[in-house]
Amino acid sequence: MTSFRTTFRRHGTAALITLVGALDALTAPALRGEVERAAQHQPSQLVLDMSGVKYLSSAGLRTLIFARHKMPDGSRIVLVGANEAIQRTMQLVGFHYSVEFSDRFPFGEGEPGVATS
Amino acid sequence: MTAPVHVVRDRIDSYPTHQIAGYGVRPGRHMPFGATLVPGGVNFSLHSSTAEAVALVLFRRGEHTPLAELPIPDEFRIGGVWAITVFGLDYENLDYGYRVHGPRDPHIADRFDPERILADPYARAMSGRDVWGAEPDWHDPYQYRSKLAFDDFDWDDDQPLRIPQEDLVIYEMHVRGFTRDPSSGVAEPGTYAGVVEKIPYLKSLGVNCVELMPVFEFDEFENQRIDPTSGELLLNYWGYSTVGFFAPKAGYAATGRFGMQCDEFKNMVKELHAAGIQVLLDVVFNHTAEGNEDGPTIHFRGLDNRTYYILTPEGYYYNFSGTGNTLNCNHPVVRNYVLSCLRYWASEYHVDGFRFDLAAILDRGEDGAPLANPPLIEALSFDPVLRDCVLIAEAWDAGGLYQVGSFPNYGRWSEWNGKFRDTVRRYLKGDVGTIGDLATRMVGSPDLYSRRGANASVNFVTCHDGFTLNDLVTYNGKHNEANGEGNRDGGDDNNSWNCGVEGPTDDSEVQRLRLRQMKNAMVLLLTSQGIPMINAGDEVGRTQQGNNNAYCHDSTLTWFDWGLTERNSELFDFVRNLIAFRVAHPLLRSRQHPTGEDHHGLGYPDISWHGVHAWSADWAPDSHLLAVLRTGLTAEGLADYVYIAVNSHWEGHDLQLPELPADTSWHLFADTFAAAPGNVAPGSEVPLDNQHSVHLGPRSAIVLIGRRR
Repeated sequence: MTSFRTTFRRHGTAALITLVGALDALTAPALRGEVERAAQHQPSQLVLDMSGVKYLSSAGLRTLIFARHKMPDGSRIVLVGANEAIQRTMQLVGFHYSVEFSDRFPFGEGEPGVATS
Repeated sequence: MTAPVHVVRDRIDSYPTHQIAGYGVRPGRHMPFGATLVPGGVNFSLHSSTAEAVALVLFRRGEHTPLAELPIPDEFRIGGVWAITVFGLDYENLDYGYRVHGPRDPHIADRFDPERILADPYARAMSGRDVWGAEPDWHDPYQYRSKLAFDDFDWDDDQPLRIPQEDLVIYEMHVRGFTRDPSSGVAEPGTYAGVVEKIPYLKSLGVNCVELMPVFEFDEFENQRIDPTSGELLLNYWGYSTVGFFAPKAGYAATGRFGMQCDEFKNMVKELHAAGIQVLLDVVFNHTAEGNEDGPTIHFRGLDNRTYYILTPEGYYYNFSGTGNTLNCNHPVVRNYVLSCLRYWASEYHVDGFRFDLAAILDRGEDGAPLANPPLIEALSFDPVLRDCVLIAEAWDAGGLYQVGSFPNYGRWSEWNGKFRDTVRRYLKGDVGTIGDLATRMVGSPDLYSRRGANASVNFVTCHDGFTLNDLVTYNGKHNEANGEGNRDGGDDNNSWNCGVEGPTDDSEVQRLRLRQMKNAMVLLLTSQGIPMINAGDEVGRTQQGNNNAYCHDSTLTWFDWGLTERNSELFDFVRNLIAFRVAHPLLRSRQHPTGEDHHGLGYPDISWHGVHAWSADWAPDSHLLAVLRTGLTAEGLADYVYIAVNSHWEGHDLQLPELPADTSWHLFADTFAAAPGNVAPGSEVPLDNQHSVHLGPRSAIVLIGRRR
């Protein structure tokens, strides 16, 4: 059984989802649920902390596109800490148009988030 | 107290009703055929007209031994269709296939084989050849493995481009060969993603339509062999031998190893569309990779041999394709299969049209005889999903049926005009008796397409099959020794001329003549009515060293050498300017054949033929010179005059020019005898000093326009 968990926090108008483990067809529904929950807050940006993702399958990648469609128009989706292979694969299949890559969080490191797990 | 959350009740059909082999299942949906993701599970549907029992066989990705085998209960069958929905599958890591039992009392032509796992003919993705050229696992009893595909690609606003057919300039290319050579400089050589990186090149050339040689899953290792002389591994590089009709070739995807070839392909289409470039697929429905009696059992023959193939009464395969078997295209079941497949590619992949390999086979009936009203061709012609698709027939087959000009078309189909190719080649090499035919080809072959118009004619001088343009002017004969068949394979009717020396030479005069001949060919191709098609690389003089049948070479022999774009930049610029010239002069693209009348009150007929003397063409059998004046309107509605003169004589000639209106004078667009580059960007044409006469060099072409002073 693949292990995967997510946590959700709010940082001002941003929403942060931290992903840990393997994201594939079996665990993708959990992330989809989290994304839907985040979208209810109408955040200005959705930040996905990918640094704890050990494995990302094609079904997992599609969840990131799913997020694009769930989020309000004009909002950003930022992937933080996505490794080279993930970024490259997303570019090869055109998924990179839906998201931005970054190596740092787009809000203050020390800023306390509001946990709403 | 929070408000009660309203939960949408799950569909009742998203729960299992039975347990088979440890899986929750329920009777499936019989349509559509194939494997489809449904809430909570996967629906599998398969048809066979005479099978007696079917089992669904599930594998973990790549494993030899099945994970489970689920006999589909007979009560799940309706008619000849078995359908089952299976729940709780790890569908991303799943390969599937079928075990099919035939009747106890089989027909002589049945080939049921329950020892084998059959692929799903409707599989939307296949694995087994995920990485091009990687040695297959020959111990795997299930070589071509059906997989599920996601159909949730984010297309944004993309849709097929629907460029008017008369405006198309087609570029025929091989996905792998286009960028496989290291000189391409792309991040993922030889892939769909590689094509995307080269879109700026296609834009700079000016083509607006690519025609991709086969991209349906095939096995490059089919008939693999070592050439005894060179020791080179010979593969099926072209891929005219389909394994999976609904599955994009995984080995052409940089992401094929992750099973994301469908997405990478779609992204390529989306990016090409965003650049204004259409995508046509070269599709092969005349035969399959199952071959003849000795070929492999992949799917059709173990499911329904008598339905899918044209067979002799004794059960042997007819071989109208020259490759072992013949798909029974006009059987209602096969017809539906082909139609479903093309609808799938048009709707799911947004492709803009299709070119049908050996299409004459598509109008042979079940007895092999050509039909006057072939139901498959008719169905494709009037299909609602395919309505805007370009349909192009290669209107001949290997069984002797030649239908250029007579392919059943329902006013809908275009054809590869083999007569354009042959006439232009014969004219250029200097054959006598070609002038009249050349004139006919230049105006869109009204002898063949008087009712259908010029759009029915796809004009080409070269294509993947045969010499490249450079080799057409460099070799008298084919040089196919590297194919390992003692130079016996490949056509001998090349109508080529080596310009005096066989093969490469340092003789600068020969080199200049060859370049001129290539330019002459491009002038005829790109100023003629009908849809022009360029063989990728011909714009930079790509060579295959005289090999006119390079289907088996995955090497520098067939790969696009990007160094040529610099070494032969003169030819590239010449072709680019010619394409732009075609765009600037709508009269060259008219879908109506000329009539010799003055449609726009210009004082000139829409077409007139000339020679050394204006208004007097030399139609004699030994004539080598022809000039044409075409008149019409520009896109802005202004009077337009285009004069094209070609000379295949070894001597130059002074041509008297037809007189233009008083306020208009002759300007030079192209002269293939002149120093480099030989033409100019449209709009920069230079007025002629002498408005009454022009010199046409030996084996040369000139193009003039009349422009107001």
